[in-house]
Parts: sequence; structure tokens; C-alpha cells
Amino acid sequence: MPELIAKTALLGKKPVTFAGTTLAEGDAGPVASIALFPGQDKAAAKALKPLAFPAPNSFTESEAARLVWTGRDQAFLIGAEPPALGGIAAVTDQSGGWATLTLTGPMAVEALMRLVPLDLRATFAVGQAARAPLGHMQSILFRTAPDSFTLMVFRSMARTAWHEIEVALRSLAARAALA
Amino acid sequence: MRILGKGQIDRNRPVSFRFDGKSYQGYQGDTVASALLANDVRLMGRSFKYHRPRGVLTAGSEEPNALLEVVGATNQTPNVRATMQEIFDGLNTQSQNRFPSLSFDFMGVNDLLSQFLSAGFYYKTFMWPRAFWEKLYEPVIRRAAGLGRLSGKHDEGHYEKAYAFCDLLVIGSGPAGLAAALTAARAGADVILAEEDRELGGRLLADEPDLDGAPARDWVSSTEAELRSLPNVRVMTRTTVTGAYDNGTFGALERVGLHTPARADLPRECFWRIAAKRAVLAAGALERPIAFPMNDRPGIMLAGAVRSYLNRWGVTAGKRVTIFANNDGARQTARQLMAAGVEVAAILDSRTDATAIEDCPVYLGARVTDTSGRLGLRSISGAHVGGNFQIETDCLAMSGGWNPTVNLTCHLNGRPRWNVDIAAFVPSEGVVPGLSVAGSANGDFTTHACLAAGQAAAIEALAEIGVTAAAVPLPRAEGVPYAIQPLWLVEGKGRAWLDFANDVTSKDVKLSAQEGFTSVEHMKRYTTQGMAPDQGKSSNVAALAVLADATGRGIPETGTTTYRPPFTPVSIAAMGAGGRAMGFAPQRFTTSDQASRDRHAPMIEAGLWYRPSYFPKPGEKTWRESCDREVNMVRSAVGVSDVSTLGKIDIQGKDAARFLDLVYTNTFSNLPIGRVRYGLMLREDGLVLDDGTTARLDENHFLMTTTTAAAGLVMRHLDFIHQTHCADWDLRLISVTESWAQFAVAGPKARALLNAVLDAPLGDFPFMACGETQVGGVKGRLFRISFSGEEGYEVAVPSRYGESLFRDLVAKAEAMGGGPYGMEALNVLRIEKGFITHAEIHGRTTAFDIGMEKMVSPKKDCIGKAMAARPGMVGEEREQLVGLRLAQETKAFGGAHLFTQGAEVERETSQGYVTSVCWSPMFGATLAMGFLKNGRARHGEKIRIVDHLRDLDLLAEVCDPVFHDPKGEKLRA
Repeated sequence: MPELIAKTALLGKKPVTFAGTTLAEGDAGPVASIALFPGQDKAAAKALKPLAFPAPNSFTESEAARLVWTGRDQAFLIGAEPPALGGIAAVTDQSGGWATLTLTGPMAVEALMRLVPLDLRATFAVGQAARAPLGHMQSILFRTAPDSFTLMVFRSMARTAWHEIEVALRSLAARAALA
Repeated sequence: MRILGKGQIDRNRPVSFRFDGKSYQGYQGDTVASALLANDVRLMGRSFKYHRPRGVLTAGSEEPNALLEVVGATNQTPNVRATMQEIFDGLNTQSQNRFPSLSFDFMGVNDLLSQFLSAGFYYKTFMWPRAFWEKLYEPVIRRAAGLGRLSGKHDEGHYEKAYAFCDLLVIGSGPAGLAAALTAARAGADVILAEEDRELGGRLLADEPDLDGAPARDWVSSTEAELRSLPNVRVMTRTTVTGAYDNGTFGALERVGLHTPARADLPRECFWRIAAKRAVLAAGALERPIAFPMNDRPGIMLAGAVRSYLNRWGVTAGKRVTIFANNDGARQTARQLMAAGVEVAAILDSRTDATAIEDCPVYLGARVTDTSGRLGLRSISGAHVGGNFQIETDCLAMSGGWNPTVNLTCHLNGRPRWNVDIAAFVPSEGVVPGLSVAGSANGDFTTHACLAAGQAAAIEALAEIGVTAAAVPLPRAEGVPYAIQPLWLVEGKGRAWLDFANDVTSKDVKLSAQEGFTSVEHMKRYTTQGMAPDQGKSSNVAALAVLADATGRGIPETGTTTYRPPFTPVSIAAMGAGGRAMGFAPQRFTTSDQASRDRHAPMIEAGLWYRPSYFPKPGEKTWRESCDREVNMVRSAVGVSDVSTLGKIDIQGKDAARFLDLVYTNTFSNLPIGRVRYGLMLREDGLVLDDGTTARLDENHFLMTTTTAAAGLVMRHLDFIHQTHCADWDLRLISVTESWAQFAVAGPKARALLNAVLDAPLGDFPFMACGETQVGGVKGRLFRISFSGEEGYEVAVPSRYGESLFRDLVAKAEAMGGGPYGMEALNVLRIEKGFITHAEIHGRTTAFDIGMEKMVSPKKDCIGKAMAARPGMVGEEREQLVGLRLAQETKAFGGAHLFTQGAEVERETSQGYVTSVCWSPMFGATLAMGFLKNGRARHGEKIRIVDHLRDLDLLAEVCDPVFHDPKGEKLRA
């Protein structure tokens, strides 16, 4: 039996850039959901070091990995294999289940505010995360730099997500060209 | 006619556009209305009912008459207001509701018949014969009346939707709006200033008052420059705030690309949802006409509009203008026209106590009693204390006063109140939480008062959200009080129009009152007043004033009709931007999608998913040939099918087993590790929610599968049960549907195929076993379950390896005489085996109905158990799941009804219905599943199947739903 070949959701689609803002498919590496069992906060804090379990709507990060809040008592560990958390948290492998998109550039905020009903301007600072609708899809999004967001959507919906963000970027570029 | 030296159009940039096939020239900055007036075109439309020639009445979005069709490459837009459509090179417009042409319209005959076409005419005339209404009367009436036409094609234009947030939303940018925005901007608040026009300034542009002794335009420009320079301000021109909704949310429509030639990717319009902590409504006021005999001819316009055309576009609407007004405001029109060198024939002031000192003749206590000019005004007849007179004139500028634009304040059920001083309705306070009103919208009709009120409103609104704003220096402005004496209707011989857009006259309103429709809401519906695209902006108040008079009530007692969003028409295309065709819903693709398409499999939609219908082989001409082959292939060799779309829910925790016992009807706490069990789940009302299998991976770790259709539903149900029934349990749930690619491998050679792909050969792995496995160096999971009735397995790998495994499985299967199978074959296989899907558990069936009442454990409680035991949920009267068998091939008849032989075929005698049908190549028969009253006791009976839709009348044998391998020997092989 030959080795199975791993593919990302968008099969390595090439990034697109409109008016200086770039949409690209990222590869998050390993992704695991970590849902703390009741009363396990302290044990989890110890086991997850150096990462702290994130407060709602935020993420914490170390050099290698990010821990992104994704729901009540739940976070996604992105970029590293999860530590042993037996009895402390329910852990599932979510690695291939999510498509990762990055949106970087001066129009990133405006483009996302075509699709996400949140105020993503300065109040949604670097280090913040949200679970929010992206059009008709659910998404996890977080701000990694003043002009850069990472979005995660269901793998199966990656093409729709890409299409909708690209349309938003194209519209904004066309508006900018008009002015 | 264009006036030299007037207006703010760019005379260095001529623009040519078309109207009714003829080319006209205007300038950058013109609207269709201003450019046509500049070209001395007064006739712009035909009225709705009488097809009367009409010209432009206003200069804004409230325009009732000058409605056009704009013809573009991707769409034809009807009912575009000529006053709002900016011209650009290549713009193509045409008039509407006329045949064959605007100046000669056959349907103008309606006007001659107007005696007979008054309000309520249809209701009285077309009552009988009854059948004629739908077939004859209505189509004819609809063709005769009506406005613009749709092209009948898809609107392929590009539209946009967007969200915005702010501390303060300022609606309108006249003096009040600009003062509010500037005050808030300097305080550092997050401000959105929304202006419907292409330019900021509102009436400051149209009236050109002096501010600080200089033209108002200077202050507007410097204020705009400052606002645009500030990072905390978003200036949105061409944006109409169309509705006020709950929690400070406002809808707004931005005309993004309607003023330029279409270009790729540029949205035509953008529908905004603006969430504002506070809002200031500074939408100004709308001038109202006076209803006098024959007041609808092209050339009869509002005085404020005549002023707008003069000052903004350098256009005079006539060469010899007459003014008719009941207030001081209209005097400005006369003075400014004369200053620009336009002849003013006379001012007719209905008041007797107004000043007569102007540079033109002034008639006090005067009325217009008639007009003439078929396609455009030629003269008017007037009367005053001194007698009757006639004036040759080509433009009559009228003003019946001003109505504050209270609309948005009424969108949450607020009602405006009557202000006697200005003879108009003003907003009631606090009717939209967080929204305050300033300036003319609040009944302040002087520039000075507007500036001051705008500033005060901003300071107060910001204080409520903890932002301290200081007063900014405002320019000095006039503060002459507004004087008005109400005049709604001039009685006379001819018809006096109230609602130009829907052709409603004062006579219609009086008739309504006479016939007992005295409530303003009844009058509206009886006469259709206020029901046109302009929603009666120019006519509502005058109409209810006439109604008040006719019923002997006062105006406040009569009240207004309900103002509803949107303030101006909003295209559905903008509200549903991106949702056309494939944009309607997200598309979900499996990991094997490309591999299936490579094999030319037609894809069908299953929920949002795309799944292969069948995999055609060369020479196969119909889907049935492919399907039959695939079914036989699974029954005789091995088939591979992507089942990743089934929902997968990971359930962990010390209370996981207990939780499954609660949500499933059967018991899971005694399921051994490494085993799978079929489970049935009820809704809280006792009806079946879903079915599926759950595997016990470890003591406290389960993996539930759901049907594809109910994956989201079950996840939501479990979350709900967890949160409401057992929030404190040691339990965590998460969907892992997307994380695993899972493939069914079914058929007598299934084990052989697995041994060819798994890294280690399969040992003892009995029916309903599960465990970890390894494929191509990748850790996966293996389940021995079957939806086909054959020896079946499902192998799962992390989804990034899905495509690779699918291609590999299929290639190896083909080498064994097997291959991939699609949804059609999957359906046949499960019907042959009697397995249910959501065709059977469609939300109205119970566990009893589907023959699974024994799966509802008597030893424990579960969600839905008590409700499932209600009277009527169990028993002989219920329609029960049965199999149906016919020897012959026939069209599918899902949805057909079942009738006892010999019984009459009536709705009441239906014995049940058919849910699933297939042709079974294995049995050489048509097999079906359905629900039949007391069906389990009727096996062997011949039942009649009647399908009215497909015109089928068949006879089938009722039998057990399990046709294939009833003992399950093959499953366990």
C-alpha cells in the first residue's frame, strides 16, 4: 500500500491580491479541539503551558502554536500536537476539517465586514477571536496583525468562502478605482 | 432652459444620454430630470391610471411622476426616478406605461373615461360574472394600469451587502445634519454621515442662503473637507437610510455604481446594515403640492424644486414662471428666478394678509382655478378678490407648505403629532429608542434653528453614551419665521390631484368618505392613495386633510396611515446581494468530489452537499443502466461509496454513556468498547428525529453518526439537551463531520478489498465492530456497518487523505470487478434491504409507525418517550411502514396515495402514501416503501396506488419492508 497523499481543502490554490490585499489559503498544521471538562481549569492551565487557556473571544500564542477560543470551555490548539489531557479535556483531531484562509492588507477589514456582522475595526484588536457567520457559513476568525486576519471555515465550504471573500475584495477594488 | 452662471454642474464636462431613443446633452452633475428640463423637455411620463401626460414634480427621491426605465447591459430597471438618476455617457432611459409613445398614448382614452374610473370602480363594476375576474378583467386591468416593465430576465448585475457600526449615525446632511456631524466628529466620536444626494448640503444647496455673509456652499465645502479628513468619520453620499429597526439598527441603500457606466466588479447598489449606538435624524422636510383643478400638467412643479433646479443645476423650468403658494417660503423662488433673469408672471398667494411687495405682480387671496396645455402647461386661470384672470405661463411653481420627513420615526410604530403652527405633522419624541430628530425633520424651518438643533442633538446623544462633545462655532444664518395658512384644496370644476403617482383626486377621497370608508387606513385602501412607489410622500397629509374635511373631523383626529420601511424603494437584488443562482447557499464538496467528476459522475445536491448520482460507463445510455449495474456490482462483488456527508459527533466525558441513554430511545451504556449500535432518537414531541449508529471508542468516548440531512439538526438538539437538561454533567460534544473522510465498502468482496488497502490484514472483525486501523501509514478508523444489506465496512481517515484513499479504493475495487457506486444505487440497495431514510422519518412518524417501538427501552426514560405514549401516537389507526411490490416497471410514484381496492378514490378514503420507490434489478420488480393504515396487519393484501400527478393507477402487494436478506445473514457473513 503506497502512502496516502495529504491535500488541503483548496488544493494549494494560488493567492489573489486586489488593491494590495491578499487572500491566501493557509496550512494550519495540526488542529485539535480542547474542551475542558467541568472543574478542570487548573489542571488544564498546568498541562497546556506555556499556553494559557484563552478568555472568550481571544487567543493566546506561543512561538509554535496558538490556542483560539472557539466556544464555551472550548478552544482550538493550532500548530502543535495537543499535550496529554486525559480526564482534563475532551480532545478531538480537527486538522483537516477546517480550511484556513488568511486575509492581509489595507482592505481586509472592509472586505470581511461585507460578510461578517461584527465590528472588525480597531475594537477587534490583534489577539481577538470570534465565532461568527461568514455569509451563510459559520467561521472562526481571529486577528493576527493590524492588517491580517485568519479565518477557518468547514473544509467542505472552502470554495464558497474563498469565492465570497474574493467577490468582496473585487468590489472594494472596483470602488477604489472609481474614486 | 439653462441659465448662464447658475448651478453647480461641471460645464466643462458635457455628457450625452438617451431618453426614448433620442440623444440629449447635459453636464456632469446633472440628473435625468435636470438635463431634460435644460433641454426644454417637460413631458417625462404617463400617469398610472388615466395615462395623463406628466412632468417632473420634485427634485428629490419623493418624485411621483417622472419614473423611467433604465436599460443596461445586464438589467432593465423600472420605476427609476428621473430626479435621482445621474446622467453619464451612454445612459439609456425610456419612459414607461405608454403605447406607442410618450406624446401619443392609446391608453390616454382612460382619461376621457375618467368619469367612470373613479375609486372603487373595479370593485363595483367587475363583480360578475365571477369567473371573468381572473381570466379577463384582471389581466386587462393589469395591462392597462401599471408602471415600468421588468425584462423577464435574471438581473445579472452585481450588488453588495455590508455592515457598519458607529457611535452616531447622522441621517441627512443639510444644516442640521452637518452641524450634528461636525460637532460629533470634533468630539472624536465614531460618526457615519449618510446623505441621499450625491453631494452634502441638503437645502443649503437648493436654497443658497447666506451663511456668515457668504454663500452657504462655502461652509458646506469646508465642513465636508474637515469631515472627510477625520479618521473617525465616514461620509456616505448617495446613501438613503431606508428603515429604522430594533436595537439601533438601520437599513441603508447606497447607489454605488448607478451613476457611471457599468464596470466589472463594481456593485450597482450596496445594502447596508448600520448598527448605531445613537442616531440623529436630520432628513429635512418635503414640500407638498396644492390640490387645485387640473394641477397635474407638465410644468406644474413644487416651488422648492424650481429653486433646486435653478441653484443646483442652473436650469429654469420655464421661461415665464408663475408662483402659487400659501406660505412665505415660495417667495424665495420668485426672487431668485427674477435675480437670475427669469420672468415671473405673477405670484398667487392664497393668504390675504401676506405682503404684496415684490418685483412682480402679486395677487393676494388668490387661487388657481384651472389650467390648460395638453402635453405641457400653457396657461392658468386664477381668481382673487378682484375677480378672475388668466395668465400665459409655462411653469407653475406651487407650495402648499412643508411636511417634516417623519418617516423613520414611525418605523417602530410611533405616530407623529400635529403641529398647528406649521400645519404639519412632526415626530413624537422617543418613539425610536436612541434616535433623536433635529432641524426641518422636527419642524424647525429656519437655517439658524436647524444648525443649532443639529448641534444640540449631537451633544445630547453623545452624552448618553458617555462622550462629551463641545459646541462648535456655527455660522450665522437667517432666522425669519415661517408663515403659513393651510390650503389643501381649491374647489372647482376639474379634477384636483392629490396623489399624482396613483392618480387619486380629491373627488376619490370624498367618495371614499361618502361610501363609509372614513378611517384614513380605509380611505387609503379604497382609493389607493399613498400606495404607489413614492408611498404618498407628496400626498398623504393633503389627502387626510381632505378626508378630515369631508368627515367633519380635525386633521389630528383623522390621523395618518402607518409609515413603514423602506423610506424609498429598495431593490430586492441589493438586499439579497450575492444570493442569486449558486450564491443562494454555500456549496459543500466532499474530498472525493474531483475523483467522482473525473469519472463523469453527475452530481446531485443532498442538502448543501454535492454527491455523485451514478458513475456512467461507456455505452450506458441511461441512469438506470448505470444504477442497475452498480447495484448488481455491490451485490456480487464490491462497491465503494463516499459517506463522509453523514454527521459525526464526538461525545466524551464520564457522563457520555448516560447522555446517550437520555437522547436515544435504546440503551448505550451497556455497549461494549469496540462495538457499534444502531440508535433511534426522538424529538421532544415524541416523533422520530433521526437514526444512526454510535460507536464506543473508549469507556468515556463515543462517536455518533447522524444522517446527512439531520447532521446540523442533531448537533443542535444535543447541545440543547445538554444545556437545558444536564448542563452540569461531565460531558463534551463537538462535530467531527468535516475532520474525517469516510467510505463505505460493501459487497461479498468487501473484506478482500480492505485487506488490499489496510496496512495490516483484517483479523476477527464481526458485524457491528469498530476499531482503529492504519491505511497507507495513516491512522484511521474502521466500522463494520452496512446500509446496503451486504457485508459492509466503513473506513475513515483524516479528511486531508480522503481523495487519495478514495482513488486507491476505487482502483483496487475495479481490479476485483467492483467499483464506485452513487446515490441512486445506494438508494436502491437500502430500499431492497428495507432501511429507512428521512423519506420515511420525515417528521410526522413515530417509532411505532416505523416498526421500532420495541427500540424504546421500557427500562429507562429518554427524550420524547412520554410524548410518544400520548393517545393517538400508537395503534391500529396509525399509518405503519410497509413494503410494496409490483411486478412491472413503472414511473416512480413517491408521494402517491394508497387506497383499498374497490373503495372510492377520495381524499378522505386515503389509506396511506408512498415514500420511496425503486426498480430492483435483483428482484426484477418495482419495490417501494410507504405508510399504510394498520399496515403491518395487511401484509399480502393487494392495494391500489393512485398518483394523480403522474397519472398512475397501479396495484401492488403489501409486504414486509425488508425484501433482501430478511435474516441479515449477509451482513454477518
